[in-house]
Amino acid sequence: MSVPAGPDPSSPAGRPGVEASDDRPTAPIPTVRAARPTTGSGDDPSIADPGRGQGSAAAPIVERTPDGVPKLTRRRDGALLGGVAGGLADHLRVPATWVRATFVFLALISGAGILAYALLWIFVPQTPRLPAGEKAEPTRTGRSERRQALGIAAVGAALFLAAVGLGLEHVLGWVLGPLGLAAVGAAFIWREADDARRRRWRRSAAGLVAPGGSSWWRILGGCVLVIGGLAVFALGQLDFLAVRSALIAVLLTLVGVAIITVPWWLRLVRDLGDERRERVRERERAEIAAHLHDSVLQTLALIQRQAGDAREVQRLARSQERQLRTWLYGPAGYASPSGAGPAGPTGTLAGALAEAAGAVEDTYAMSVTPVVVGDAPMDEHLAALVAAAREAMVNAAKHAGVQEISVYAEVEDDTASIFVRDRGAGFDPTAVDPDRRGLAESIHGRMNRHGGSASVRSNPGEGTEVELTMRIRSAVETEDDPAAASGPDGTVGAAGRPGPSPRREDAHR
Amino acid sequence: MTTPPSANPVRVFLVDDHALFRAGVKAELADLADDRIAVVGEAGSVGEAVVRIASDQPDVVLLDVHMPDGGGRAVLEQTHARYPGVVFLALSVSDAAEDVIAVIRAGARGYVTKTISGRELADAVVRVAAGDAVFSPRLAGFVLDAFSDRHVPAGVSDPELDLLSPREREVLKLLARGYAYKEIAAQLFISIKTVETHVSSVLRKTQKSNRYELSRWASDRRLV
Repeated sequence: MSVPAGPDPSSPAGRPGVEASDDRPTAPIPTVRAARPTTGSGDDPSIADPGRGQGSAAAPIVERTPDGVPKLTRRRDGALLGGVAGGLADHLRVPATWVRATFVFLALISGAGILAYALLWIFVPQTPRLPAGEKAEPTRTGRSERRQALGIAAVGAALFLAAVGLGLEHVLGWVLGPLGLAAVGAAFIWREADDARRRRWRRSAAGLVAPGGSSWWRILGGCVLVIGGLAVFALGQLDFLAVRSALIAVLLTLVGVAIITVPWWLRLVRDLGDERRERVRERERAEIAAHLHDSVLQTLALIQRQAGDAREVQRLARSQERQLRTWLYGPAGYASPSGAGPAGPTGTLAGALAEAAGAVEDTYAMSVTPVVVGDAPMDEHLAALVAAAREAMVNAAKHAGVQEISVYAEVEDDTASIFVRDRGAGFDPTAVDPDRRGLAESIHGRMNRHGGSASVRSNPGEGTEVELTMRIRSAVETEDDPAAASGPDGTVGAAGRPGPSPRREDAHR
Repeated sequence: MTTPPSANPVRVFLVDDHALFRAGVKAELADLADDRIAVVGEAGSVGEAVVRIASDQPDVVLLDVHMPDGGGRAVLEQTHARYPGVVFLALSVSDAAEDVIAVIRAGARGYVTKTISGRELADAVVRVAAGDAVFSPRLAGFVLDAFSDRHVPAGVSDPELDLLSPREREVLKLLARGYAYKEIAAQLFISIKTVETHVSSVLRKTQKSNRYELSRWASDRRLV
């Protein structure tokens, strides 16, 4: 037996344990943490809250595919431009220089290398950053930023020389002016989105709206550069054909906006999805662990201490089994589609009977297995019926001398019947002393007062069966009363009573 | 209800993803020293079970309902149609109605829970091997429940198949009340053989039934 699967195993709630080993190996975490004692600063959420350390952004520095090959991510350290070539080199296990040379070579073939580089920059995620205090960052970041700036400048110079070489000087004026400005702004924004996003998304969705002080300025500056550059470029064209230029300006602004937002929504969607899945999984795990701890583990501990007392062990195991079963398969149980039934099981005949059977099981350390066909909402008459059934179970537990009682209840049209049967000693019903109040008062008397009937079949040595029948008055009323009919939910029997049942099933959805 | 002990023991195959449980069942069946039964093999996964059942051709497969990769239902779907001679008895810790009905509809000949005693399990195995169906009171209750709604839209269902006959209902109800086949026969003044026939036809109807209500009942619980 494995964890009982929900009807749909692919749902996050279905099999919590199975997906735990997603693609983030958990083993390296301790080493990584130990190697970096700078984690003392309190403002990093993954450290402030130990509960979420695992698998969140405090991930190991090198993620690996199942084959042990480092996962394709862009380098954070030692990146010249976006860290694409370095990351690719790590992934392919070749020197970074080769990869860079390949990109340059491909770039000469009508720019294919540049396109590939750009696409990889967009779609390959950056190596997750170690949780570290923001104050510990500047030197490292400063150095890598300088390096990246140099790299970008080199690319710019190369493009400039290429343009000159190709005889495009006349375009260079406006390309290098406003468009270059726009490009610088876009680069700003891209870098910011690259670097800050994990920190920010991790904190909360609010981070999206209010991304810390310095990031704001950088993003704002980037936007101003992009839009300003494009606007100047467009205005520069106004001299020639005003209308077309306006159109071009609008188009280019849109393009600019798209360039600004693409990396964000792309990563936002990806990160939020990951984040949510992870959170749901974590909560699920915690919930199951807590429940098992409170229930099964406690009972097992108790059983170990009472191992000598077979009766007590059975009683504990039985009541624990029933409780866990209810938690798993009950109407509001873990495996039920809704997760939480509309009304508790106590509101119906099936629930009340299960409760009574459970109480008898616990009190007399025996097994009572109720089978219920159909269901009905409780009223005072049905309460009397259940009370009488309970008395019959108690009688069987006390006098029959057996370990097992069968209880069968059915609701048909407007009649509810309960059969309580044991295979124990049995007795002669006619020879029961009239001063024995149990049978006379608790069963016969109670049933008669509520308009029901009770009959006892028993023979010495053949066991006893008590049959209890009660008319359901409320059922007749509820069939005309839709509001009342939609209230109770069938626990065992969805197809219980003929009248209101279609309505009840609609209430499921 | 016991069949005359045959010279050939019933060849039983265990499918359960818990090795410990398989070992326990094997030991318990061996301890009974019941020469009606011989455990011939076991499997711990759906794929292994499908392959081994095809090669071993056991008489009875004791089938766990909850396993990775689809569980007992997947095994039934992949083998039941191809090997009609192999009989499946579901043995599960779950007695949730949806599990029970799902494997019965997929073709299992009976359903017992894992709390069953070794002696009862052996009896159940011999009974299903002899062509009978094994209904616990709980299972009888579920089947009654699934068939009890008489508001079936016209034209959707096949009345011949879809409704339980009054006699079958009676037999099922007595089963649900915890009566043994022998006692049911005595109560209804019919032979045990007749009781078995009724129960088998109930099983057939449960499996073959295209009843609107049954499928709706299943889809309400996201079974299909």
